[in-house]
Amino acid sequence: MDQARVGVFICHCGNNIAGFLDVPELTRYVRTLPHVAFAQENMYTCADAGRAEIVKGITEHDLNRVVVASCTPRTHEPLFRSTCQQAGLNPYLFEFVNIRDQCSWVHMQERELATKKAKDLLRMGVARAVLLEPEESIEVEVVPAALVIGAGVAGLTVALSLANRGFEVKLVEREAETGGLLRGVNRLYPTGDDARAFIEAKVEAAQRHPNIEVFTGAEVSDVSGFVGNYEVVVGQGAPVLDGRPGRELGFAVGVIIVATGAKEFKPVGIYGYDGERVITQGELEKLLAKGMSSIRSMVMIQCVGARIDARPYCSRICCMTAVKNALLIKEDDPRAQVYVLYRDMLTLGTEYESLYREARGQGVTFIQYSPQSPPTVNGGQVVVYDELLGQALSIPCDLVVLSTPLVGQADAANLAQLLKVPVGEHGFFLEAHVKLRPLDFATDGIFLCGSAHWPSDIGESVAQAYGAAARASILLSRGRVEVEPIVSVVDEAKCIGCGLCETVCTYKAIVLRDTGAGRKAQTIAASCKGCGVCAAGCPDSAISMQHFTDEQLFAQIDALAELVV
Amino acid sequence: MTGIAAFEPKILGFLCNWCSYAGADLAGVSRFQYPPTIRVIRVMCSGRVDPVFVLRAFSRGLDGVMILGCHPGDCHYATGNYYAQNRVKVLKQLLGLAMVNPDRLVLDWVSAGEGQRFAALVFDFTERIKALGPLDGAGTAGVGEPPREELLERLAAARRAVESEKVRWLVGRKQEMLEAGDVYGQAVDQEAFESLLDSTVADKYLRSRLLLLADHPLSVKEMASEVGMAPRSVLPHVVSLEQDGLMAMVGIEGNSPKYQRL
Repeated sequence: MDQARVGVFICHCGNNIAGFLDVPELTRYVRTLPHVAFAQENMYTCADAGRAEIVKGITEHDLNRVVVASCTPRTHEPLFRSTCQQAGLNPYLFEFVNIRDQCSWVHMQERELATKKAKDLLRMGVARAVLLEPEESIEVEVVPAALVIGAGVAGLTVALSLANRGFEVKLVEREAETGGLLRGVNRLYPTGDDARAFIEAKVEAAQRHPNIEVFTGAEVSDVSGFVGNYEVVVGQGAPVLDGRPGRELGFAVGVIIVATGAKEFKPVGIYGYDGERVITQGELEKLLAKGMSSIRSMVMIQCVGARIDARPYCSRICCMTAVKNALLIKEDDPRAQVYVLYRDMLTLGTEYESLYREARGQGVTFIQYSPQSPPTVNGGQVVVYDELLGQALSIPCDLVVLSTPLVGQADAANLAQLLKVPVGEHGFFLEAHVKLRPLDFATDGIFLCGSAHWPSDIGESVAQAYGAAARASILLSRGRVEVEPIVSVVDEAKCIGCGLCETVCTYKAIVLRDTGAGRKAQTIAASCKGCGVCAAGCPDSAISMQHFTDEQLFAQIDALAELVV
Repeated sequence: MTGIAAFEPKILGFLCNWCSYAGADLAGVSRFQYPPTIRVIRVMCSGRVDPVFVLRAFSRGLDGVMILGCHPGDCHYATGNYYAQNRVKVLKQLLGLAMVNPDRLVLDWVSAGEGQRFAALVFDFTERIKALGPLDGAGTAGVGEPPREELLERLAAARRAVESEKVRWLVGRKQEMLEAGDVYGQAVDQEAFESLLDSTVADKYLRSRLLLLADHPLSVKEMASEVGMAPRSVLPHVVSLEQDGLMAMVGIEGNSPKYQRL
């Protein structure tokens, strides 16, 4: 390749970077670095306009290396690589510098030092970029099967959707029966459908489907492999003597979908919760489903254990659940008094808002309280300070219903660790990108949907499930996937044929073979996963890793140290 | 400006793509704040980190190196982090021999979900390095690290030692030999193996130092005084280097033979 001409594109990411780093200074600085032929700032480099600038830069300034300093390669490297490709540049001549997730967002109070750090990172990135070489991607086959974890409404919908497209689905549910939270729900808003009939239809369809194999009382115990070729172990049945599950099953799948749902928060110690006279909405659902005796007066309290410091999020489904159940009680007995004590009512869209209006029209009383003066519950009496009236009201009631949020599964972190995907502090899984890739994990071939992601109602869960199935189908129906050509390369002139690499390789991807010049190590590129254990151990520096060469890594170290020495 | 107060450590982090780099990203997404001391190089696996990279970082004057990988048992490549662990053990021994405080190197584990843990590790390591002072500056005297020129010589010897075939073989095959036994299927005693590895590393380091020192004719006594050992302990190594054809007697001054590297 000719002399390196590096173009550097520094992203403001709106205020996410520019608000905490001196971006104009970074741009000035990067122009002083060797081989940098062009540098500019962009408001959003990943937006169409930003990417058009990259294409323009490559063409107009004859760039043969591109560096983008912005978020993280884990989410945006594929996008920028394809932008380079669009302009005729080999995608592996692209280098990512992470100045947001690992700089501006984590040093928000230290503008000067953070800017200094970003300069170091840019210098390291440019130094590596100069040494990058064009590479060709490697294609591997995708196993045309999916693992779906969790068989609630989201998991069942994903499984059916994939199975209907002709792919084999392994549906794993840890409870004794499938159906998830909906098994305990009475009716669905806004249609009023019977929740159990709704979920039973999906359960039956999944059980009957020739492409779906359902495992209940089963949990995923091990996951290894890569996009297109995951090896999964599932333990099923009660543990036997040594603590291992009754039986272990292993299978290969191309994709994995996380649909493990969420749980209703139990408000132990709050508002005198006792499960009898003070209950949760979830418990009310079960009473309503059984057919409860009529109620003269009921108080619902919203945002119990939600939108507080410990659980700052809105659980989204509780306002509509309260409205739905208030209407059902009114329908059953119009004389019943129903009070809903709320902080803010969230009834999105036309249908939900009209149900809310209908509830008001039916005589459900909505009273706003402030978190500074929350209601108090004393026996059959609820006292609330009405923010609008400006006075305390005392409401006699037979039943208090607490609207508590959905919380992530307590052991979500265990599954996250098996899959090597992130989970947030509240037990909900984190997507690759909130807007660009809401149903993908950053790890290729793993997707998510439903309340495992965030509290979602049925409509949202089903929509997300279809979305996740569609995302997964791209891989499954293509049948092949491109993987990065990060593989070992042996310099036969240096190799002494000692075989240490063969010993350390987990994948049997490097082997000794007889050549005219004696026994030499050779890479089997299709088997090599790119870890680099062989290269880092070779006694004769005869092995290099494509795209992570010793020279590139040394260049990064030296570039960082440049101002230190 | 007093050295320690104004000292902002420069720390290099090698983060594996699958766990720790993702954990560092999560720290960002969660806005967990940590000191702006670490610069990250992304590698696919902690097992990619050649000990030579670490020695290069120290010889270029960086104050600390963090290698962060997946938790044991969770390595994306099954066993890469165990190789990292075995290499770091040898590296720490070599840093000690080179008189670089081994605490300047840390190997730890961060999963993709442990943003908080990543931030905490960087915070703690920064504090530790701040306490040690700069590797290459005013703070060194206090913690017993040698002046720069000697430090570079020592690190160069460490590099030669870690590049030697014997050390690489022992480190590379450690796991296998302890688990599966030697080529005769005989289980290898861990303690015996560790002590063999230790002495091999120490010998290789010393011989590398002697070779680097002997770029001009030196007597055994002179070499011994440079490396701070008794001449009788140095002599066998000189003989061994001579046998390996790496060093030769080039003359005699008074009663002392003089040796020089070839």
